[in-house]
Amino acid sequence: MSEVRVAGVGLTPFGNSPERTGRDLFAEATIAAFEDASVPREDIEEVLYGNFMGEIAEHQGHQGPLMADAAGVDAPATRYEAACASSATAVRDAVARIRSGQADVLLVGGAERMSNLGTGGATEALAIAADDLWEVRAGMTFPAAYALMAEAYFETYGGDSEDLAHVAVKNHANAVENDYAQYQREITVEDVLEAPRVATPLGLYDSCPISDGASALVLVSESYADRKGLDASVAITGSGQGGDRMALQDRETMARTPAASEASEKAYDDAGIGPEEVGVAEVHDCFTIAEVLAIEAIGLASEGEGIAAAREGRTTVEGEVPVNLSGGLKAKGHPVGATGVSQLAELTKLLRGDHPHGDRVEDADVGVAHNAGGTVASAVVHVLEVVA
Amino acid sequence: MSDDEPVRDAGFDDWLDALGDGDPYFLECEHGHGSLPPRRVCPEPGCDSTDLEKRSLPETGRIESVTVVSVATPAFEADAPFALAVADFGPVSLTGQVRGIESEDAEIGTTVSLELATPGSETVDRAVAFRPR
Ligand SMILES: [Zn+2]
Repeated sequence: MSEVRVAGVGLTPFGNSPERTGRDLFAEATIAAFEDASVPREDIEEVLYGNFMGEIAEHQGHQGPLMADAAGVDAPATRYEAACASSATAVRDAVARIRSGQADVLLVGGAERMSNLGTGGATEALAIAADDLWEVRAGMTFPAAYALMAEAYFETYGGDSEDLAHVAVKNHANAVENDYAQYQREITVEDVLEAPRVATPLGLYDSCPISDGASALVLVSESYADRKGLDASVAITGSGQGGDRMALQDRETMARTPAASEASEKAYDDAGIGPEEVGVAEVHDCFTIAEVLAIEAIGLASEGEGIAAAREGRTTVEGEVPVNLSGGLKAKGHPVGATGVSQLAELTKLLRGDHPHGDRVEDADVGVAHNAGGTVASAVVHVLEVVA
Repeated sequence: MSDDEPVRDAGFDDWLDALGDGDPYFLECEHGHGSLPPRRVCPEPGCDSTDLEKRSLPETGRIESVTVVSVATPAFEADAPFALAVADFGPVSLTGQVRGIESEDAEIGTTVSLELATPGSETVDRAVAFRPR
């Protein structure tokens, strides 16, 4: 089995650029990834691309070939869709392709244009990640779904809005030095608690923003990296995916996310490690409660303990396992189709040491990324390790 | 069919019709697992049953979780802020607005009955709703 190396990573700054097309965003991310990788475009054998709402935001289906074209790559291309986990599912396929020997050099990425839809339009577009008949037509929104999960969590394990506020404060603080982040500014617990509510108990500052952006990775086989003398010290050593019933109402509990537990167990098994070896994590904090659910699901906090992790400093930059040093979806932004790959790009830089927070995790040689779709009916976890 | 006539979602719209007629139902397999239409295979892991029968839904349910939604989708904007809950009716749970109560008074544990509501929207002419009992 061939080892999968991250040869290069590329991101656009995430933020508010309503006039920029998806193809322009993706092109920018791939230019950065190719520069970082020192891999020629002509070596790319396939493009695997994640996108969620392209039909709604840009009236554009069949985005695979469009994006390959924008990246200057002449290769077969496929779009992957799993709501907010779209590009992580593309990575999973890329990993399988390289491991099996079917491919040596792949371009993987994602992009999303959202802000051109406005708040109402983006809220409506994001809602299609839920069950249209039984949830959306009853009034469900994406924030409302996570709010229901938060209330169920509080009821089961305790905790309150102030605990959640610490997650937002931490992730904003982490983003200050990240030039790719949408919000490079600190906020206080009071700011979070006093912000207007979107869906109780979640307010504006508990929620990730509406973002435009793109991300890209050049993934190569170990043999290609050796042959070309690439500086590709980070490998994707574990990949796992979990699934759950689509609608929240059909799950046994709303206070846990078993799909993410399943994904992480598979990814840790695949990598031959346990959660105790993880030194740094990027998790899917589309809402503050989502980070709590994520760290419990992937074994970085025990059940019912995740709620206090940010407040007690266990997941801050000074903590045992820093979580979302990029700023997370909360402060870095969440162009949904780009998010999964952007987490891996940030982790790669953290592990290589060329991230603004690289010095803080100098000793870490294992990173984990958790990317969730919808209300975690889809979950993808990847393990990254420094191998060279 | 004329082009401007809305097309029904078979199964789902039939279920809403039944709710409007005061006879909501769920689907039950021979092993007693509940589910909602449209559905051909029991969703319970490992069950495999394709023998799903309509059964009357219990009249009351319990709110499992509830939120007050301020930022709604365009179809529900006119209703906002509103309480949205998931309520457990035994064999199945449902999602709906909580009506007939101040939205912030809807709580986990509240007993509710089901009704068919007309939201203040142009695109959704009817929706699942709950009313405290
Ligand atoms: Zn069954």
